[in-house]
Amino acid sequence: MPFIPHTEEEISEMLATIGASSINELFDEIPRDLLIKDLDGVPDALNEMEISRLMRERAAQDRGASCFIGAGAYEHHIPAAVWDITTRGEFYSAYTPYQAEASQGTLQTIYEYQTMAASLTGLDVSNASLYDGASGLAEAALMAVRANRKSKSRRVLLSAGVNQNYQNVARAIAGSQGLTFERLPLDVETGTTAVSALDDQGDAPVAVVIQQPSFLGTYEQVDDITDWAHANGALVIAVVNPISLTVLRPPGSWGAAGADIAGGEGQPLGIPLSSGGPYFGIMTCKEQIVRQMPGRIVGRTTDLDGNPGFTLTLQAREQHIRRTKATSNICTNQGLMVTAATIYMSLLGYEGLREVALTSQARTSNLVDLLTSIDGVDRAFDVPHFHEAVIRLDRPVAPVLEALAAQDILGGFNLNKDFPELGNALLVCATETKNDDDLAAYQVALRDIMTASA
Amino acid sequence: MSEQLIFERSRPGRRAFAQAPLTDSNGSVPENLQRHDRPTLPEVSELQVVRHFTRLSQRNFSIDTHFYPLGSCTMKYNPRACNSLALLPGFASRHPLGPVSHGQGFLSCMYELQDMLKSVTGMQEVSLTPMAGAQGELAGVAMIRAYHLANGAAERDEIIVPDAAHGTNPATATMCGCTVREIPTDAEGDVDLEALRSVVGPKTAGIMLTNPSTLGVFERHITEIADIVHDAGGLLYYDGANLNAILGKVRPGDMGFDVIHLNLHKTFSTPHGGGGPGSGAVGVGERLKPFLPIPVVGKKDIDGQPVYSWLDEEDLPQSIGRLSGFMGNAGVLLRAYVYMRMVGKDGMKRISEFATLNANYLEARMQKAGFELAFPSRRASHEFIVTLKHEAKTLGVTAMDFAKALLDKGFHAPTTYFPLLVPECLLIEPTESETKESVDRFVEAMIEIKDEAMTDADKVKGAPYTLPVRRLDDVKAARHLNLAWKADRD
Repeated sequence: MPFIPHTEEEISEMLATIGASSINELFDEIPRDLLIKDLDGVPDALNEMEISRLMRERAAQDRGASCFIGAGAYEHHIPAAVWDITTRGEFYSAYTPYQAEASQGTLQTIYEYQTMAASLTGLDVSNASLYDGASGLAEAALMAVRANRKSKSRRVLLSAGVNQNYQNVARAIAGSQGLTFERLPLDVETGTTAVSALDDQGDAPVAVVIQQPSFLGTYEQVDDITDWAHANGALVIAVVNPISLTVLRPPGSWGAAGADIAGGEGQPLGIPLSSGGPYFGIMTCKEQIVRQMPGRIVGRTTDLDGNPGFTLTLQAREQHIRRTKATSNICTNQGLMVTAATIYMSLLGYEGLREVALTSQARTSNLVDLLTSIDGVDRAFDVPHFHEAVIRLDRPVAPVLEALAAQDILGGFNLNKDFPELGNALLVCATETKNDDDLAAYQVALRDIMTASA
Repeated sequence: MSEQLIFERSRPGRRAFAQAPLTDSNGSVPENLQRHDRPTLPEVSELQVVRHFTRLSQRNFSIDTHFYPLGSCTMKYNPRACNSLALLPGFASRHPLGPVSHGQGFLSCMYELQDMLKSVTGMQEVSLTPMAGAQGELAGVAMIRAYHLANGAAERDEIIVPDAAHGTNPATATMCGCTVREIPTDAEGDVDLEALRSVVGPKTAGIMLTNPSTLGVFERHITEIADIVHDAGGLLYYDGANLNAILGKVRPGDMGFDVIHLNLHKTFSTPHGGGGPGSGAVGVGERLKPFLPIPVVGKKDIDGQPVYSWLDEEDLPQSIGRLSGFMGNAGVLLRAYVYMRMVGKDGMKRISEFATLNANYLEARMQKAGFELAFPSRRASHEFIVTLKHEAKTLGVTAMDFAKALLDKGFHAPTTYFPLLVPECLLIEPTESETKESVDRFVEAMIEIKDEAMTDADKVKGAPYTLPVRRLDDVKAARHLNLAWKADRD
């Protein structure tokens, strides 16, 4: 019996102790007519050798492509030590650290993570993580409403370059509590928010969300937007890529007062792309609003003997204590992902993360140079970009991407649906994992496709 | 002995040099956007990092090292194959926005997982995207709301929740803009039907139930409850926290539930990971199909070959929407898929049978050892409740003291003080993967602690003694917040 250790003799002894004649008798409180006989939809068991063969065959179907898609999930080198240690059983199979004395390893790891996340974003405190970047924005918006009691508004303004899926998720999660999400107009010349549009915004919003770098890889005027938001009584929520924060001024230093809450997708910090998850959501904030923060938080304290130790703290915010009055229904954090990210950040350090950021920026620059040397391919914006950039084709993007995929090159993210105002626009990304040969292969393939179908 | 913080091991100029990317190119960012201060990141060698985190791991209890009878959490063995197969390069390196032409392997696993989950729950359709149980709950209640709104019944905004429910149930209802009506449980642990009849009405959106309940017993009147709620125009929500108890025996869909969330990290053995990731797939009956969260995996036959693809807002225009940036905790779903394939059709039923055998055996032994059961007249499900109110009153030794003393004896503590309506309670769930001898040793440890409490109560109240730290000052932690290390403070 897979994963069940009982011998026939033990089963008999145990039933005798219970005073039951069979295992079936233990289910005698379930109404008879509800019991089922068989599960038609579940196949017969495979042993480990058989399932391994099946999964290897299936995994092989999905590999081998050269990927230039970013759009919220990024391919970075992950040091071998990261997942070697993260999948040690003591981390992998531990529960939530409610029994603090038996969970000091997890708790200290989270405390070290909180220190790094707060410092990277230039804010005071961090929680132990949320599910992912997109759902984290929903939680940040709800938190802003709680923290900004002076505002009667439930309207949240978004910079033009906020990931469309983040907006969709925020609406699905926070919409039923009356929050609305509105996008500021995009300046199609610069690929950034049209800051002039801030002047005619009508009623002040409760919060303004600024994604930096934007979904389009461009840099927003974060200082101006932050100061405008604060002058109008709104809180500022930053959505950031953690890899960028060793080179870019962090949310805590935006404008005169800094962003109030920062979040973003933690995946670039050592988490495999893995079809979209599990990732983790970063959330940090100014200390004065920490009691409005959702999710678990670890604090450093002392034990009975006065020795330092770690424990979950501020639990009075949470669902298992406050029930209907909790800051969120959330209980899970992405503990294992945070463990991996903490190990990743420790291995890379400040210099390493900086080099990853700058190398990725340069790789994307090289790629854009190569691709725009092809007839019919142009830069969409003549502005600086981080490690993603928009190029424009002289024809629809989808067939070109299909033709590239046929050659095992995943050429980027088609912006047609999310940013129709940009025309035949394609978002491309190259990180430190791509070498000159990879970039050249993409250029050759695209040139051939553009020439063949011209 | 405390373990130094990684920051305290830092030395200026030290690095894990093998991890430096080749910087043959000189990237840049605009001057006015550049960061000039250095964030707090350690400067350490690769060996230091490996040693530090290996040592931290050793300061944890885990399923791989300890018996973990944590009620309502289903801490069963997490098979190693599930992890290694989910991390195969083809799966681990697949970009979530990659074309379906380069994802047929992954998508076929997800499609089959949806099918297997439909089968074990008796529901009509499944969406895998919710990233944890609480998000599955949110999806479920949002679907119930969307259903009523689509039927022009906006006034149906009350969610009924029994007093024994997990805290996430009422918190979720609030997040979905609903009001919570709490109803009591009777002395035998069943829902009070009279109380239920008195709260249902034209404002009822639905009821959230866990069955078996968090009291460790099967809700015997489930069919009547379903009729009462359905007759009043409401829907039934099944909290899948305790599905392990009935797997392959009885299905929520057959009990009358309209929507269900599953905790794949419980029933289907994906790792808890020190607090996550979880995975909270949702299943629905006929009425709620149009409202499922997207994306869902679909299948078409093209030239006799199956082709898998995403179903999104175009296919499900009434969907409650997206709950994650991509499609939820895909890697966790792969682990659950591997587990279900290894357990197979016959194994599903064995899971609930042996989880129930272990729980009832442990319960019988505890009762014989003189511990008081919360519901002595009932069968245990896959878990049961002991109340230590007598020990607390006569010896001054509480459920918390027993929990901490158990840690010294090499057992993770059971769930304490939940459910809230049983005083001084331990909620104990051994799971099917535990041997008889570890269950026996747990009983012996409980007897020893009780004996110690009778001779030296203060000693028990001071436990634990053998762990990396002794009891922690929670009040200090909350009053003097120290949530991040600062060189000049600590």
